[in-house]
Amino acid sequence: MPQDAATATASIITVDGVPLKTQLNRANRRRRIRAVLLVVPLFIFILISFLIPIGDMLFRSVDNPVVAGLIPETLAELDKWDGKELPDERTFETMAKELGLLQIDRKLGKLGSRLNFERGGMRSLITKTGRKLKKIMQGPYKEALIKIDKRWGDRDSWATINLVGLRYTGVNYLASVDLRVDADGDIVMQPEVRQIYTLLWMRTLWISLAVTVFCLLLGYPIAYLMATLPVRTANLLMILVLLPFWTSLLVRTTSWIVLLQAHGVINDLLVWVGIISEEGRIRMIYNWIGTLIAMTQILLPFMVLPLYSVMKTIPKTFTNAAQSMGATPAWAFYKVYLPQSVPGIGAGCLLVFILSIGYYITPALVGGEDGQLISNFIAYHMKKSLNWGLAAALGTVLLAAVVVLYWVYDKIVGIDNMKLG
Amino acid sequence: MALQPYVRLPGRIWHYSFLTYCGMVFIFLIAPLIVIIPLSFNVEPYFTFTPAMMSLDPDAFSLRWYQDIIDNEQWLQSAKNSIIIATAATLIATTLGTLAALGLSQPYMPYRGIAMAVLISPMIVPVIISAAGMFFFYSKIGLAQTMPGLILAHAALGTPFVVITVTATLIGFDHSLTRAAASLGATPVTTFFKVIMPLVTPGMISGALFAFITSFDEVVVVFFLAGFEQRTIPRQMWAGIREQISPTILAVATLMVFFSIILLITLEMLRRRSERLRGLTPA
Repeated sequence: MPQDAATATASIITVDGVPLKTQLNRANRRRRIRAVLLVVPLFIFILISFLIPIGDMLFRSVDNPVVAGLIPETLAELDKWDGKELPDERTFETMAKELGLLQIDRKLGKLGSRLNFERGGMRSLITKTGRKLKKIMQGPYKEALIKIDKRWGDRDSWATINLVGLRYTGVNYLASVDLRVDADGDIVMQPEVRQIYTLLWMRTLWISLAVTVFCLLLGYPIAYLMATLPVRTANLLMILVLLPFWTSLLVRTTSWIVLLQAHGVINDLLVWVGIISEEGRIRMIYNWIGTLIAMTQILLPFMVLPLYSVMKTIPKTFTNAAQSMGATPAWAFYKVYLPQSVPGIGAGCLLVFILSIGYYITPALVGGEDGQLISNFIAYHMKKSLNWGLAAALGTVLLAAVVVLYWVYDKIVGIDNMKLG
Repeated sequence: MALQPYVRLPGRIWHYSFLTYCGMVFIFLIAPLIVIIPLSFNVEPYFTFTPAMMSLDPDAFSLRWYQDIIDNEQWLQSAKNSIIIATAATLIATTLGTLAALGLSQPYMPYRGIAMAVLISPMIVPVIISAAGMFFFYSKIGLAQTMPGLILAHAALGTPFVVITVTATLIGFDHSLTRAAASLGATPVTTFFKVIMPLVTPGMISGALFAFITSFDEVVVVFFLAGFEQRTIPRQMWAGIREQISPTILAVATLMVFFSIILLITLEMLRRRSERLRGLTPA
């Protein structure tokens, strides 16, 4: 107990003979411990079931055990290589021996696939060499390997092996923005055919922006309408906003397929009315248009709800006052109402934008080819190409973007103030 | 929004075009849900209105796609899985989430901001990233392709909703009430059940509903984590949309729409009850 505090409260002693200050501190500490104990179970649960898995994934984006584990000795030889000429005979010899061992263990495919992520054609080089390896009985291995495939005489192949052999690597992050390391160790753009991620990031950004803008254009008027109507009517209209909000995403995506497909309800209706001909059916789905329409409808409630909760608090009398002093209705709206609704606009737009950039389900089902977003490529690398390092790197970049946006959201709106339903 | 009698013609035109625009937005919101309902009764295996349907010919309608659901082992199995996973995940999420919310809303809680950020992080992280992380980690510890694994994953995704809703009901909670109970001789447990519980119950139930629907509607984590035996309804729908698209999906979708209507009504009733209890609006 500090001296000054003791003197200040020395006169007040509880029945137990302990100074009140001490008692109070003790009681507060007990309460604090009790509060923490209530939070701890969930904290541990989230840690194990969620945070550790996420951390594991983040680590995977730089972790690179495959090649280092498969051909350790070759990589050790390559450490001495200056990278200017071809590696020496010893390196070729170790490589041939290690490839031979891998061929017996049937692990060549694993090595080939990993190398292929970095440089096209490496898989075929490895498997071809593995097949023909038994013909080589003795050295010189350099000529023998180059005879099997002349790519062994290419400095770039060795540079790739050396690069991918690093135990921890940043190449996945470079790849996630279409960059790579060339044979001289410089960072350069990927060859044109492999440049897809810049395009994908741009597309994800602009579709998210477009969805946000459309949600605002559609959401603002109806939020305004509901905020100015009597509560009873507004609550009825609110059901129309909340019902889609509560309905399964897959149900809504299915409905959009039914509505938008070539022989779907909307095209049939347009043909029947005579606006378009039987042959001129509009292609509205399995492309970016489908993604845009479906995502806008699905995310619209996330715009309307924050807008409405802000607009409800704006007194109607303010615009009336402005008009009574000579403002036109439009001017009164622009000068008086709009500025007061800005917090709602900010909250709604941020929320919709954050949800859009990580969107997966709808683009996957109705996006076709040009409606795929970054999430879909994460899933693709997870499930199909099995390039988990790249998937993890793309995921990490996306996660960083979302965290920054949420930080902004927290500063502007406050995560605590998030309203549900 | 009522039109004043002094408004002149341009104002009237503006007023009615505004209403029309709003009407169209509401149609945009709700039409996708409405349109599938009649189509699910289509006798033909098409996704569009047949001329016979338009003329309300009773022969054009049938319950065959609903019969299909009942006859199909896969749909029944996935419904069972969905209900088991969602119920178990909701129980875990509600218990842990409510306790944590009680701790978080006490004035003595240290590092509240950081704790809150961590606890609601599963809601913030895009689900594809959560799914990817869980896929790696759960495979490592042998939880991938098991029911406990899915329940754990869905419980994690559902807890933020419980934490948020229960914390919201505790805003403005008068802590002297618990002190009063204690001074009258109640043990902490009695205080919890007699004083705190009745106040947080509406928040707890609506949080539980959110957690339930989150799990019930979740497909991405299931997509990565579930084997064929653990398929849920959304996963089955996903397969249906991707592979063999048939109106059975519309029948399932229609049932799901009615399910969400029931949920919505329950929530609305809870909200009113909560407001009444807290005296925000007169009964």
